[in-house]
Amino acid sequence: MANLTSNFIGIKSPNPFWLASAPPTDKAYNVVRAFQAGWGGVVWKTLGAEGPPVVNVNGPRYGAIWGADRRLLGLNNIELITDRPLEINLQEIKQVKRDWPDRAMVVSLMVPCDEESWQAILARVEDTGADGVELNFGCPHGMAERGMGSAVGQVPEYIEMVTRWVKKHSRMPCIVKLTPNISDIRKPAEAAKRGGADAVSLINTINSITSVNLDTFSPEPMIDGKGTHGGYCGPAVKPIALNMVAEIARSAETQGLPISGIGGVTTWRDAAEYMTLGAGNVQVCTAAMTYGFGIIKEMTAGLSLWMDEKGLTSVDEVVGRAVPNVTDWQYLNLNHITKARINQDLCISCGRCFAACEDTSHQAIAMSPDRVFTVKDDECVACNLCVNVCPVEDCITMETLPAGTTDPRTGEVVPAEYGNWTTHPNNPMAKAAE
Amino acid sequence: MSPAPTTPGIVAGRLEPDAYVANFDDIYPEYDPHEARVAADRCYFCYDAPCITACPTAIDIPLFIRQIQAGQPEAAARTIFDQNILGGMCARVCPTETLCEGACVREAAEGKPVEIGRLQRYATDGLVDAGVHPYDRAAPTGKRVAVVGAGPAGLACAHRLAMLGHDVTLMDARAKPGGLNEYGIAAYKAAGGFAQAEVDWLMQIGGITLRSGVALGHDATLTDLRTDYDAVFLGMGLGGVNALGVPGDDRHGVHDAVEFIADLRQISDLSALPIGRHVVVIGGGMTAVDAAVQSRLLGSEHVTMVYRRGREAMGASDYELSHAANAGVRIITNAMPMSVHGNGAVREIEFGYTRSGDAGLEPTGETFRLPADQVFRAIGQTLSGAPDALEIARGKIAVTGAGRTSAAGVWAGGDCAAGGDDLTVTAVAQGRDAAMDIHASLTA
Repeated sequence: MANLTSNFIGIKSPNPFWLASAPPTDKAYNVVRAFQAGWGGVVWKTLGAEGPPVVNVNGPRYGAIWGADRRLLGLNNIELITDRPLEINLQEIKQVKRDWPDRAMVVSLMVPCDEESWQAILARVEDTGADGVELNFGCPHGMAERGMGSAVGQVPEYIEMVTRWVKKHSRMPCIVKLTPNISDIRKPAEAAKRGGADAVSLINTINSITSVNLDTFSPEPMIDGKGTHGGYCGPAVKPIALNMVAEIARSAETQGLPISGIGGVTTWRDAAEYMTLGAGNVQVCTAAMTYGFGIIKEMTAGLSLWMDEKGLTSVDEVVGRAVPNVTDWQYLNLNHITKARINQDLCISCGRCFAACEDTSHQAIAMSPDRVFTVKDDECVACNLCVNVCPVEDCITMETLPAGTTDPRTGEVVPAEYGNWTTHPNNPMAKAAE
Repeated sequence: MSPAPTTPGIVAGRLEPDAYVANFDDIYPEYDPHEARVAADRCYFCYDAPCITACPTAIDIPLFIRQIQAGQPEAAARTIFDQNILGGMCARVCPTETLCEGACVREAAEGKPVEIGRLQRYATDGLVDAGVHPYDRAAPTGKRVAVVGAGPAGLACAHRLAMLGHDVTLMDARAKPGGLNEYGIAAYKAAGGFAQAEVDWLMQIGGITLRSGVALGHDATLTDLRTDYDAVFLGMGLGGVNALGVPGDDRHGVHDAVEFIADLRQISDLSALPIGRHVVVIGGGMTAVDAAVQSRLLGSEHVTMVYRRGREAMGASDYELSHAANAGVRIITNAMPMSVHGNGAVREIEFGYTRSGDAGLEPTGETFRLPADQVFRAIGQTLSGAPDALEIARGKIAVTGAGRTSAAGVWAGGDCAAGGDDLTVTAVAQGRDAAMDIHASLTA
């Protein structure tokens, strides 16, 4: 059996699945239940500075999008950081860490952007025995309007400055949580690295309006007839987050910087994908909020089984395995030529491939009067749309044309050698072949 | 002692009162909105969808399902009614397993089609229950059309003509409109007085005058109608019933299944309807299944359906036959009635096994007898009382194109006309298409 134990920037946990800073980690009751269920660690819901606790709205905090059977696909929230007194949170963190010493206990923090505020809270967190801190530079609503959260995360200089304070006033490992509400995720990551961060975690939630109530003409969630943007999360955000993780993992400036992957991790497979793209561990929230803590059993068992099947014995062997295969468009092999193939035994004759190709693509699928669908190789550009819209798994696949055969579309022979845009004759900037 | 399923003879009240209500309740529970959306989500929105081709009225099924999925069942209903104004009844009685659902690609993929019939019912019931009629009449044309027969063909024709601005007189020999829908199908397929409710809803279009109790040939002649109206549509169905033609077929207890079903549909207290302990239904079509199943539901101890050919030749679909089997009906194939025995009333019926030989169906020589208090004939209906002016083809009114008969200004559709499948949905399509043709000829 694969060994799932994780050592992320020196923070050990029995598995690489942590609960992200969010409602599930707001108090000891939840965190203890999570640990009983088998979660490897938690990032305690963001603490603020000493003083009156923050005030949350008293109407709905969440909006959602669903599939037809109300399977939750995306969630947004307008919650703020913990609304419980700082002292109580710190006491509970201390007690839970004492009772569960093998689990990772990271504390999320968000205080005003001055050195004294950070220094003050770091000392108190260190006193709890927590394993590390995570700087919440991502929350896109409420706190950002007060100069915290994503208001900091969107300015690399602020990230660097605060990270520096944190490293200066604490011995604890420091994770900087990044906001996706920025055009180039590499910039805040570089800033965090410059500031001395031990790791980055991403993504925090994405600015969003999930829906509009068409009876009241108000965004949802709706509070007394009004709505505001919230932070989007859940399965729907995974593709965006995966790309951002990969960007940081393969950027020359940030490669090697440990990453905690967050965003729509719902099954073991999502976790494995994040880790192959460079995440050392993953943080989960929406899936737990949707299905409860019990999903951890599927996640750990699933990751373990997959690792066994692949002959991978430790988590470290998974991390970053797919990173070398992420590249820029210009380096893709233009001599790799494929054509769509329809398996007639599997085809159920729905004609979706035909509708998609005929109306919106390259008119490369023929339809016979008796509803037999076939690919016209002389028109097929291998766009893959037919594969994607076909409702039957593996019915339409892409077949590679072997080197030496003639592509009926271009009339050209498929070359054996690799060739990309940088050397392509149509590229005015192409370098002459050496 | 009150009667039980085992009480000999033909008696009423074999079951407890509550059992009748339960037995004749709606065969399908209606979808709730969430179920409907989940069911709708299974539709692939096929290109040039096979289900549309398989629907005699060519409803744009993927479109209406998408409208349900998108939360607008009212729009879906309109899509259905545009093609089939009796979409509510068709959703209940269509053999969907051999029409739209049989063609569904999900049937090919998984053996589980999108439940098109139930989705159609979900959409159409919404508007019918709410009493919302989505169509307005066009400006009056001043033309008058006589429609004979207020069954599916006549109703569809009358509605379309009225919508196009013509004045329609709709006449029917029976006391109530609806035809087959009101009198000819199993009660549990159109529970809750739906047939009547649907006609009332349909008539909201206006411009249709209903004259009940008017039979062609008795109370009105085709000659009169051709004189008094600008066009005539004949949709009076099939009035006659085939006889068994075996010794003893006039004995007491031998009935016409169509009449039995009609009586059952019209009786207000089902426990008052007498039924035999041993019921034998002869025939292999939908009428036979409806009679057999309902006999069981009325409390018959033993019900047997006997068909002279093999199962593959039966008119009833596999779905209907399994419904009968689930209701406890025994199905015997390749046996034909030889004689009906009994002293005045039927006691037994004798069958001979058959096989297909060179000259068609032939007896094997082996016979058997079934005990029978009651025998229902469901061996086909015939056209009766067709006006002499009309050409007849294979026992039905000959038509060309969209229901044109051999007589000028006279159209025909539904079961009385040649060329159909004797299905409600086919009748609707023929009535509708004839209306369009009548309209074209009246406004030419």
